[in-house]
Amino acid sequence: MNHALASRHSWFEASARTRLAGLLDAGSFREILPPAESQPSPHLAQLDLPGAFDDGVIVGGGRLSGQSVLVAAQEGQFMGGAVGEIHGAKIVGLLRRAVKEKPAAVLFLIDSGGVRLHEANAGLIAISEIMRAVLEARAAGVPVIALVGGSCGAFGGMGIVAKLCSAILMSEEGRLALSGPEVIETVAGVEEFDAKDRALVWRVTGGKHRYLMGDCAALLEDDIAAFRNGAAEFLAAWHEPEPGLACLRARQSVLEKRLAAYASYRDGLQVWAALGIAQPETVPMLDRDSLVALKEGLPT
Amino acid sequence: MSLNDILDALFPAGHAVAVANQVITGEAQTAQGPVAVLGTTDAAAIDHAMALALASFVLDTVERHPGRPLVFLVDTSGQALSRGQELLCLNGSLAHLASCVDLARRQGHPSLSLVTANAVSGGFLSFGLMADKAFALAEAQVRVMDLRAMARVTKIAHERLVDLATASPIFAPGAENYLRMGGIEAIWPAPSAALLESALTTVRQTLPASDQRMGVGLTRGGRQLAAGIAKIVQSTRVGA
Repeated sequence: MNHALASRHSWFEASARTRLAGLLDAGSFREILPPAESQPSPHLAQLDLPGAFDDGVIVGGGRLSGQSVLVAAQEGQFMGGAVGEIHGAKIVGLLRRAVKEKPAAVLFLIDSGGVRLHEANAGLIAISEIMRAVLEARAAGVPVIALVGGSCGAFGGMGIVAKLCSAILMSEEGRLALSGPEVIETVAGVEEFDAKDRALVWRVTGGKHRYLMGDCAALLEDDIAAFRNGAAEFLAAWHEPEPGLACLRARQSVLEKRLAAYASYRDGLQVWAALGIAQPETVPMLDRDSLVALKEGLPT
Repeated sequence: MSLNDILDALFPAGHAVAVANQVITGEAQTAQGPVAVLGTTDAAAIDHAMALALASFVLDTVERHPGRPLVFLVDTSGQALSRGQELLCLNGSLAHLASCVDLARRQGHPSLSLVTANAVSGGFLSFGLMADKAFALAEAQVRVMDLRAMARVTKIAHERLVDLATASPIFAPGAENYLRMGGIEAIWPAPSAALLESALTTVRQTLPASDQRMGVGLTRGGRQLAAGIAKIVQSTRVGA
């Protein structure tokens, strides 16, 4: 095993707190509403379910390469990172704080299946509030960067939220979609989507596929330092655009063309071939650097 | 109630609305002038094509009719459940639609949505809940998931959920619960031009619209924690 591998700290396997500690400048993180000043969800307690004092999301401020940032980190190990009343309100409050405080960015460490069913109505409305608050922060000139590489990915309403951010930085292990494969299998049948076929799940929702399609801005190694460097590099080169008609018209055109071209496809392999990749079946085996080189060599 | 009956009741002064692929687009006359009418019908499961058709119509309205109010009619069973849709990042097209509604708001278009029959999850998030204010007809179903499916997924007995649902608006389906939580502004007994006019006036008077739903949920007693927590996170001083 070489040194780089030996010293790697998997983002996928780390807790939200470990991710934050490695992402931000050492010792710079300041939590808002730390567990000692907070309360677990009374709605879970009502169902005799264990709560968490941070309700599965950590919010606060810190520094990234010396620049002041606000952060929200979802803990996928608690209720699948799902959004309940308190969880959602912490994120909304942080994004509203960003509008006033004007940090260099909000870093949003998404690791969530979406709405917490035990608090479904509160969760759905909270996600709607997060959606508007993300757009409000961006309109105030504050980039909101989604980091996706946790075990729960970014699904349901949080998949929509991720796509409202200025950019998504994602690892190969990360997944990004709307409905989870299990939900589609349950409702539409195993022939529609076999949720146990992990390779297929990744070819449809995984980081490599989203990167090749341009749905995430960067593909990162599953390594906390890689997320740190990726976020800092992205931020240094990014200027948040003002929301405008031209930009959304351009996006509309890209999405319409893509739908027209790929509407009948059902597997990443088909899309990758259509993108001009000569041997699409090799994509799942490629390491991160080779895949990035492959994408950069594709016809545009 | 058929879409045409709803349109006749809301817009007695006239409407010219087309339906294609379950997507409604068009315009209607009100006492306050023309409004854009758009949305979905027949419990549409929102897919890429529907989201892009709605987004395109919002962008056309912003370009051609500055300031024209947007009236969304919501009847969606959620998002389309298919591998092919996910392959092309369905959450991305829904986010695009939400961004277009948000742009219209920023450019001074008042907006309101009316849930006519069903409003579920992703389909509701992408446009109905993005309007300045959302309303629902009394017979409308608003939910993330019905209680039986919820019992299956959460492994909590269905009878228990039914019991708790009578005391708490937090998880059980129903427009009334969304009203108490601040997600829905008001429930209309039936589609009515007078209620629509009054809603349009309210929305206009509160421009530019900021998101007041947490505060409303607190006042109505349905969401007692969110507003306070958001406020603390927003304004607590944090050490250097």
